[in-house]
Amino acid sequence: MRIVEKRILAKGICLFVIEAPLIAKKAEPGQFVIVRHKENGERIPLTIADYNRDQGTITLVCHGIGKSTQEINQLNQGDSFLDVLGPLGLAMPIEKVGKVLCVAGGLGVAPMYPITRILKAAGNHIISIIGARSQEMLIMTEEMEAVSNQIHYCTDDGSFGHHGFVTDVLSQVLQEQEIDLVVAIGPLPMMAAVAKITKEFAVPTQVSLNALMVDGTGMCGGCRVTIGEKTKFACVDGPVFDAHQVNFAELLSRQNFYRDQEQAALHQCRIGVGR
Amino acid sequence: MRQAMPKQAAEERAQNFAEVALGYTLEQAIAEANRCLQCKRPLCVEGCPVHIDIPGFLKLLAEGNPIPALAKIKEQNSLPAICGRVCPQENQCEGRCVVGIKGDPIAIGNLERFVADYAREVGQEPVLTPAQSLDKKVAVIGSGPAGLAAAADLAQFGYQVTVFESLHAAGGVLRYGIPEFRLPKDIVQHEIDAISELGVEIVTNHLIGQTLTLDDLFEAGYSAIFIGTGAGLPNFLNIPGENLNGVYSANEFLTRVNLMKAYLPEYDTPIKVGQKVAVVGAGNVAMDAARTAKRLGAEEVRIVYRRSRQEMPARLEEIENAEEEGILFSLLTNPVEMIGDESNTVKVLRCQRMTLGEPDQSGRRNPVPVPNEYIDLSADTVIVAIGQGPNPVLLRGTEGLALTERGYIKVNEENLMTSIPGVFAAGDIVTGAATVIQAMGAGRKAASAIHAYLLEQEGN
Repeated sequence: MRIVEKRILAKGICLFVIEAPLIAKKAEPGQFVIVRHKENGERIPLTIADYNRDQGTITLVCHGIGKSTQEINQLNQGDSFLDVLGPLGLAMPIEKVGKVLCVAGGLGVAPMYPITRILKAAGNHIISIIGARSQEMLIMTEEMEAVSNQIHYCTDDGSFGHHGFVTDVLSQVLQEQEIDLVVAIGPLPMMAAVAKITKEFAVPTQVSLNALMVDGTGMCGGCRVTIGEKTKFACVDGPVFDAHQVNFAELLSRQNFYRDQEQAALHQCRIGVGR
Repeated sequence: MRQAMPKQAAEERAQNFAEVALGYTLEQAIAEANRCLQCKRPLCVEGCPVHIDIPGFLKLLAEGNPIPALAKIKEQNSLPAICGRVCPQENQCEGRCVVGIKGDPIAIGNLERFVADYAREVGQEPVLTPAQSLDKKVAVIGSGPAGLAAAADLAQFGYQVTVFESLHAAGGVLRYGIPEFRLPKDIVQHEIDAISELGVEIVTNHLIGQTLTLDDLFEAGYSAIFIGTGAGLPNFLNIPGENLNGVYSANEFLTRVNLMKAYLPEYDTPIKVGQKVAVVGAGNVAMDAARTAKRLGAEEVRIVYRRSRQEMPARLEEIENAEEEGILFSLLTNPVEMIGDESNTVKVLRCQRMTLGEPDQSGRRNPVPVPNEYIDLSADTVIVAIGQGPNPVLLRGTEGLALTERGYIKVNEENLMTSIPGVFAAGDIVTGAATVIQAMGAGRKAASAIHAYLLEQEGN
């Protein structure tokens, strides 16, 4: 699947527009794909950040954290992914509910964008809260502004917008106005913190979970998450879930299970002894 | 005397992923084939789910003609090198062999494997050609044993066949499930290539139900659809602690190793195997997982099973192979809880002692808990290998597809047609988990039914 456009959004974060007509035709907000960039690479799940049914393209955003994602970010326009499978998972159900708060942190802005776009198109009033470590790490701001009625920015270092976390602004907005739905996508600790706050305010909240997975089709069960008291597979039952039912602590520890091996693989390739 | 299958020594093979069984020599194969009595009414053929002309191929082999012998097998079975390795012959052809009444049955599986390997190695494979060319397209969903067998037959009937596979490589369980040391992937690829050479197109990275729907396939001009997606959703025990780190489904563990080749240093997919590995379950998949864990360097690997040795569903050969390789067996032991350490990684598998009660529906004696008798097994990796359920993806994405109470696809038992006209299904997605050859047999039956259906449609 050929890359027709590549953009560097921030340090280590790249956007790819790729030719995938069948996926573009079926993709809905909240769904994801699994890609492999080379024969001995990992299967990497990436959320669909946008799709264009007419042009037959989908947009993916990749944060180079591990070996495979860093290698993916070396791909250029004209290169191809070896495999792209999708769309996977269930689409996020979208209806007109009134005022919707879209809270996105870091790379979470990418999957948040199509959801916000469709929520807006469905007639909702959109307030977005976008956070990043610093101004340079804020991504897709123009796109988000185009689909938001109101937008707040937060940076951890105070280089742009509110100096602090998205949750600070979230609490403030929830105190000031009646919100009908919160959608939060970002790092797990952020989504956990959002869920805790919105639960206090009793506002329905949806999160998109990026569990580890292999096949993405329900076969491996590696992506299991505890929702309420039940085990669900993020790949086929999600990835979007009711935030107030998610066991974030368990998911966070599962997320980090291979951290040491990933670091080792990265170290190997950095010092040039990797194969 | 039955020719013994040469094998890698146990202590050696437990350190590598190369195939355990090494295969007969031509002399051994001919000697073994000569033991066949050439029965007038061969029971072995009745025992074979795809009805290979077993005395026929054995006669050709006994006469020193392995290539024609393979051609004879290929009339009925498109995956002989695979079936020769993984079929449970002891319950099928060999289980019915008359020679086996007083002595050891003819080693039919080993010979099937031999002729396929021989032809491949000397590069003289029988070329199959479709009977005719029909101007009709048939879609096959899933490239596991059921799908491949159906595709091969449909192509031979003359249809233009496309196989849709969701993973990046074809073969289904042959690719992701059965390990290299039991079924080398080069051999799987070779037999799949032979099916491609019949004109079957295999399309990977297509998850039917998501990438395309059944309606899309009909719209694209497919006249009939065969669903052979298998039973893909791993069962878990539903006990506390099961989502701790270090707890794998056998599917995940084996997929990481087999499909993603985590055992090779040049592949990037991670896997973690602890020092002490507990595998829950005692089927072939459990044996595969245990023996794989051993090869990945685990010090102690233990099968944990709630019934006794007699009830273990794995093939005897696989149980013996596992024992020889040093796999331990904790029988009449039923996991009740997994306990983790401070990093949320499993460290203890708590089990209850069991005893055998009355036989249940399957005829196996039912395990009954012994009150207040628990044992704590140390385990830093737990692999759950207790079977699979139906994968929901295609089923929920297809309106009007009737399911059974257990969630499998409901078919007309005569012609394997589902509730949707022109859509057929067979294999594990209909029956629940079974064997490779049962799925192949069912796939072939469906191919014939599809052929009959399309001929009838033509007539109308």
